[in-house]
Amino acid sequence: MLVALSPLVAVAAALLAGAVFIAAIGERPLEVYGLLASQAFGTGYGLGQTLFRATPLVFTGLAVALGFRAGLFNIGVEGQMYLGGFAAALAGAYLRVPAPLALPAALLAAALAGGAWGAVPGVLKARFGSHEVINTIMLNFIAFALVSWAGRSLFETATVRTRTIAAAAELPRLDFLSSALRGSPVNASLLIGLLLAAAVGALLFRSRLGYELRAVGWNAPAAEYGGVRTGVAQALAMTLSGAVAGLGGTNFVLGYKHWFELDFPGGAGFIGIAVALLGRNHPVGVIVAALFFGALSYGGLVVNQRVPRELVEVLTALVLLFAITARPVLERVARRLV
Amino acid sequence: MEVLLFLAAAVRISVPYALAAMGSALSERGGVICIGLEGIMLAGALGYTVGAYWSGNPWAGVGAALLVGAAMAWLHAEATVRFRADQITSGLGLNLLAAGLTRLVLVQVFHSSSNSARVVGLPQWHLPLVDGLPGVGALLGSPLVLATFALVFLVQRLLFRTVFGLRLRATGERPEAPATLGLSVTRIRFSGVLLCGLLAGLAGAYLASEQHSFTDGMTGGRGYIALAAMIVGKWSPVGAAAACLMFGAAEALQIRLQGSAFPAELLQTLPYVVTMLVLAGFIGRAVAPRAVGVPYDPEER
Repeated sequence: MLVALSPLVAVAAALLAGAVFIAAIGERPLEVYGLLASQAFGTGYGLGQTLFRATPLVFTGLAVALGFRAGLFNIGVEGQMYLGGFAAALAGAYLRVPAPLALPAALLAAALAGGAWGAVPGVLKARFGSHEVINTIMLNFIAFALVSWAGRSLFETATVRTRTIAAAAELPRLDFLSSALRGSPVNASLLIGLLLAAAVGALLFRSRLGYELRAVGWNAPAAEYGGVRTGVAQALAMTLSGAVAGLGGTNFVLGYKHWFELDFPGGAGFIGIAVALLGRNHPVGVIVAALFFGALSYGGLVVNQRVPRELVEVLTALVLLFAITARPVLERVARRLV
Repeated sequence: MEVLLFLAAAVRISVPYALAAMGSALSERGGVICIGLEGIMLAGALGYTVGAYWSGNPWAGVGAALLVGAAMAWLHAEATVRFRADQITSGLGLNLLAAGLTRLVLVQVFHSSSNSARVVGLPQWHLPLVDGLPGVGALLGSPLVLATFALVFLVQRLLFRTVFGLRLRATGERPEAPATLGLSVTRIRFSGVLLCGLLAGLAGAYLASEQHSFTDGMTGGRGYIALAAMIVGKWSPVGAAAACLMFGAAEALQIRLQGSAFPAELLQTLPYVVTMLVLAGFIGRAVAPRAVGVPYDPEER
């Protein structure tokens, strides 16, 4: 019971630690936090910005959670998202297809690129038992190097970006839902993320494959004994995780800038780990956690005049560190109480 | 001449890798994965810069880097050894924390979000005999390079020829064994992680001293290459240092190839590709300490 509260305890502890930093700078913590929240949620534009920043985190959080459920730690989400965005931009700019197919093709390219990059550590794990954590870290760096090599001839040298994608491959802005969102960059990538969250939830908790994945994550030898081919399940989980991460690249490429640029919003992959942890690897939890970090990211930017925006990065790291220690600490407390 | 210059460049590049890689070998031999190497190095580099800036003395900078490295490692040890939190997540948290905190301190102390003021570097010694040799003279005149040479042998000895090393290795393989002898698994693992922090902090000091300043994100993934080298070197300090030398040579070659037809980016991937091949068992077998990554819970049997 107590343990279920661990995400809330982690956030509270991180905000408390952040308050100490804010006070040390000579500002009033409550005022700063209040301002941050009102900026992130108070206006239509602010909400749009928060949602825009939460969008890639929905994807990366889902991707990490999917891996976690199968007992795998996908740290390669950053690289998978990067390659997904690159592939989407290439398909959107260079593929000659009829207009109605342009967007599906770009989305498919993103999923395929990310999925392929996720499959490598998955297969290596299944076939040779090599640790997916190290392999995904290595593959992140290989992805960055490959993109800068492959992109060299494609990039317009002055701006280090690819050509602009075809208009038919663009994801529309969400201001058609509410005029209050006008001007903010939130786009249909968010809707894809929400659909994907539902799909991941259905896969994990309503399908046979999902049951097998969770069985492998819970107790691999027992699952193997129960007839699950653990290797296949793990390779599949990693591939799906990579595909979800790859689709995360569409927010920036198809929905916002309409091109791919070097080092496009970096870090979403790593924050995705915090999102998955805080969301307790559940799709609904992931959405809530993504919203939290999205608000922190935009609100932090706005309160920059009062406190340095680097504080947001520190807060994110603290949430991550407290999220993993809150659980064992609460468990210890619970053990004492009984 | 060309060869000497090239070799000197390769060694110079591999020094920070080797220091951090040896550190992670100690940490992992005790059973604690340290993905946070990158963050510890970065924090160490800032520690050197601030220490040297405030005191005007490079050795105070080194001291500050060691202190900061140990403090970061202590956080990691508290989370993973005492509270048995997930080691990989804690390491990633450390990296995120270092990225944010260093930027925060940079803004507060130097009023810039990208780089610090210029600070003193470590002195350059002039050794007899080698001083005139191109590249080599400057290399061997660097105190931290010499210290690294010494440390490779000292750390190897510490791990394989001392009682402490034996206990550390036993803790990483089967923590129940030292626990049965009445030794504190917590204390042994703490020492491994703290030594790792000191070495990675020193690696950061070297980088900042060479550059005479701190720039945001200046470690640029070196911590991860060090981690890779430690695996390629099969969890031994000498092996890790040798792997670092190989990666250093590849990087030196890559710098030379810039502007030529050969894509330098592809050579850049060498450390990562080699590590994956080693892990898959294509180049010899790499076996991690048996209990690495597994928290030890004395209340659980």
